[in-house]
Amino acid sequence: MTGRGDVAIVGAGPIGLAVAWRCVQRGRRVTVLDPAPGSGASSVAAGMLSPVSESYFGERELTALLVDSAARWPAFAAELGEAAGVDVGYRAEGTLVVALTADDLAAVDRLRGYQAGLGLPIEPLVGSALREREPLLAPGVRGGAHAPTDHQVDPRRLVPALRRAAVAAGVTIRAGAVTDLSTVDSETVVVAAGCGTAALTGLPIRPVKGQVLRLAAPGGEPGFRHVIRGHADGSSVYLVPRRGGEVVVGATEEERADAQVTAGAVRDLLRAATDLVPDLAEYALVETGVGHRPGTPDNAPVIGPLPGRPGVIVAAGHHRHGIVLTPVTADLVVDLIEGGAAPSPFTPDRFAEAVRG
Amino acid sequence: MDRLVIAGESFGSRLILGTGGAASLHALAAAIDASGAEMVTVALRRVGTEGTPGGLLDLLARRGLRLLPNTAGCFTAAEAIRTAHLAREAFGTSWVKLEVIGDERTLLPDGVELVRAAERLVADGFTVLPYSSDDPALARRLAHAGCAAVMPAGAPIGSGLGILNPHHIGLIQQAVAVPVILDAGVGTASDAALAMELGCDGVMLATAVTRAAEPARMAEAMRHAVIAGRLAARAGRIPRRSHALASTPDEGRALL
Repeated sequence: MTGRGDVAIVGAGPIGLAVAWRCVQRGRRVTVLDPAPGSGASSVAAGMLSPVSESYFGERELTALLVDSAARWPAFAAELGEAAGVDVGYRAEGTLVVALTADDLAAVDRLRGYQAGLGLPIEPLVGSALREREPLLAPGVRGGAHAPTDHQVDPRRLVPALRRAAVAAGVTIRAGAVTDLSTVDSETVVVAAGCGTAALTGLPIRPVKGQVLRLAAPGGEPGFRHVIRGHADGSSVYLVPRRGGEVVVGATEEERADAQVTAGAVRDLLRAATDLVPDLAEYALVETGVGHRPGTPDNAPVIGPLPGRPGVIVAAGHHRHGIVLTPVTADLVVDLIEGGAAPSPFTPDRFAEAVRG
Repeated sequence: MDRLVIAGESFGSRLILGTGGAASLHALAAAIDASGAEMVTVALRRVGTEGTPGGLLDLLARRGLRLLPNTAGCFTAAEAIRTAHLAREAFGTSWVKLEVIGDERTLLPDGVELVRAAERLVADGFTVLPYSSDDPALARRLAHAGCAAVMPAGAPIGSGLGILNPHHIGLIQQAVAVPVILDAGVGTASDAALAMELGCDGVMLATAVTRAAEPARMAEAMRHAVIAGRLAARAGRIPRRSHALASTPDEGRALL
């Protein structure tokens, strides 16, 4: 039976669960529907919270949203950790951008100039200064940058923590598959279905394949502490060290929907990784995986009411940024449900011509 | 009208755009629109052929662009031939931009494998546009093999170094009867204009636009550069002189 003010959320990934948790805190009755909770992009995501080193030409509005959400992360992680009784793996050692060759450094410096021009905290570092911070970096690295406010969290801790906090606060999670929004019986429906959002809403959200590897350090902890965003002779790779010894190595970005791990991608990722941190060759390769980022045409998320569908709110299409954007998305959606305004640059109506009538 | 004709098909634009490297589909779409290109390349090995709504192929199809599948990522003739056949199935076109890479660092083509693959694909009914080095003898071999155009590199792919051997590009233009499309190496608009001034029939580029800070603006620059270079090539430029020649001579002026 539907009651006034009930909220149903389609999708139990980080976005859906965080919205659910925030809604139930406001006294709503909340149900989350997902046949396989947490099985989407978050299951392989690296969890970099890097609005500074991710900011790119022509994406100023997105960068502003990323910066806003990253600033909410310390409090969000603390509150969630307390509510769920677990550590979500939030780490604040910062990010190093590392260029292996002179060509790589030219590319890094160009983008750093843009980022610094936006007023974002990023400082150039010469090779020796990089190696003082991380002695395992290859002696030949030419230089790079330090982004001290680009942090990380562990999505494999985050999603279970959100589930636990949400359930503890009274959210119901049901393993139901939704194929048609009109079958969802609730005053408000939030679509947070990642790549599945396209089929439910007609919005142009497409799968962007990413192949990701996980290594395990032989001696327990990884031999480096910063997130490393590397450029190795034209190939890009990120290396995310976790407590307990895991190192996430990623990722390809492919305009395709299959879930195959390819030999070439594993080779390219590992070659770039070991070119930058030679010691990684001694780590165990414990996992190869594929995820599909829910990409939109402008790389920015879709947050707001679905045109022509009263009561339906979309919170999807977070592309590469789902983890960092989790806190701000949850807050924006709750504000919207409570009668606030939608965040104008990110509302679904910017894709109105693509939405099926 | 001065149109580019390849294998009997004619194009109003002499600029061919690659679709790799853009930060977003939105940025790519804006660049394609600003470039005026009518033909774009897609890499079968890099792009899913599902035709996802809102995806890359959807975006290209909605613009009515001619797709030119390429065999990027192939290192042997056998791989390239197989990839071309898969692309013909997937994209419904027998046109192929044939790439057989010989060296991973420079991404320069392997000429021997390229000719071998071109001969086979021509025999299989493909319209073959091979990406070649700036070697006039190789370009002639490719033309004789039945290729519909030749696409010599100005410089290594993605390097933005411009046209490193303009003399060879000019020689290629003289050596073959099929269209010459300068491919790879373009960094900025003057490179594209120079290619056209050297006698090329068209210019193919991707990185120079897709990785520019403002892709649409650079695409517009490239559109103008190709048009300007083409006009200049046909306008009959003046000979180079070592000494000045006043544009308004002061001898023989009437004394009034």
